[in-house]
Amino acid sequence: MRSFAFVDLVSLVTAVQWTVLLVVLALVFGAPLGLALATARISRHAPLRWAASGIIQLIQGVPLLGLLFFFYFGMPVFLGLQVPALIAVTVAYTLYTAGFLGDIWRGSLQAVKQAQWEAGACLGLSLTQQFFHIIGPQALRMATPPTVGFLVQLIKGTSLASIVGFVELARAGQVTSAATFQPLLTYSVVAAIYFALCLPLTLWSRSLEARLNGAR
Amino acid sequence: MALVEIRDVYKKFGHVEVLKGVSLDVAEGEIVTIIGRSGSGKSTLLRCINALETIEGGEIRVEGRQIHAKMPDLRQFRQRVGIVFQAFNLFPHLNVERNVTLAPLLTGGIGKAEARALAEDVLTRVGLADKIDAWPEQLSGGQQQRVAIARCLAMKPHLMLFDEVTSALDPELVGEVLKVMEAMARQGMTMILVTHEMGFARNVANRIVFMHQGRVWEEGPPAELFAHPKTPELKSFIASVK
Repeated sequence: MRSFAFVDLVSLVTAVQWTVLLVVLALVFGAPLGLALATARISRHAPLRWAASGIIQLIQGVPLLGLLFFFYFGMPVFLGLQVPALIAVTVAYTLYTAGFLGDIWRGSLQAVKQAQWEAGACLGLSLTQQFFHIIGPQALRMATPPTVGFLVQLIKGTSLASIVGFVELARAGQVTSAATFQPLLTYSVVAAIYFALCLPLTLWSRSLEARLNGAR
Repeated sequence: MALVEIRDVYKKFGHVEVLKGVSLDVAEGEIVTIIGRSGSGKSTLLRCINALETIEGGEIRVEGRQIHAKMPDLRQFRQRVGIVFQAFNLFPHLNVERNVTLAPLLTGGIGKAEARALAEDVLTRVGLADKIDAWPEQLSGGQQQRVAIARCLAMKPHLMLFDEVTSALDPELVGEVLKVMEAMARQGMTMILVTHEMGFARNVANRIVFMHQGRVWEEGPPAELFAHPKTPELKSFIASVK
């Protein structure tokens, strides 16, 4: 047995890169999927709307932990596929991100007045042009604060990956705590690191909100 | 041949019949004003001409071609028909210049270099050349509506539709918008307007169409129609707007 030392702090800070990697992967794959879900949700084709709505409901209705268990423990059982932990958690966080961002962005798109689509259509613009030049930019302003808010949730949510054995910040905390028998100190440091990751985003989100409320 | 031919058009919203067999011809260069009580179907008729609404019966032809929402070159058609709405519907995230030039740039009418000149030209025609770099929210209602008109003019339309364009404006701002429309009328633009501005209808329009209960109830030159309304419905309408 040894006590919490500088080396432990280094190991925790090093584990942050895996937390960040999870967040980046979740966004890289989840954001495009979320955009697809959001546009499907406002599509003219009813089956597409229903499908997107069903997927979003399902993802939001299942605990994140459930998604992680399903892809880590369930895939080998159902598909006979032994998936590496990184892939299993990436899939789970991708869906989680897509489900929530999809809904946030759907709301932002719908918050732009219908008349704006019509104004574009009357000028002879195609649906795609209306989306990218008229509706999208306006929705983006509204979507930014809640999107950053979700990002904070996502960062904290990556701690659940520790449960399936993925060594990110929370899991590194468990390991350190077991080695030093100083859980209180260790987890305080872990919590402080999460806080340090999230605080700038929260502040940024708040300033964005203030700026966008005052803007056009 | 008339520029716009409307033949026996029917339109329903759910179970409500809004247009019940409307027929109307508008010749090139003509200024036709549609008046009537709210709910008489006048705005719906205007929206049908631009295929913003699908019709259940009859047909609408513009420049001889039948108009419907599924026509393959709907976008090209709409570039030639300008429509201005009561609520302006400017793009709030774009400045005045970009509002006016967005569609010409995207639909390939002009290049980036010509965009500024085009914006200056159409904004001059609506008396707002000095607002080219302003944002919509910095403009008064009357100015916003004039930018909306300029945005249509930038597409070089053959036909302009105006849907109660002064109804949302403060009374002292109505005049500046009407003045722009009068100037367009003098330049020979074909215009169909739905309006409550009886003064404008009387002085500028070649023909007044009075709609009632989804039908063209009465039509004729303004002087005649206002002086000698034939139907009791038009009589009471004229009395109510005086």
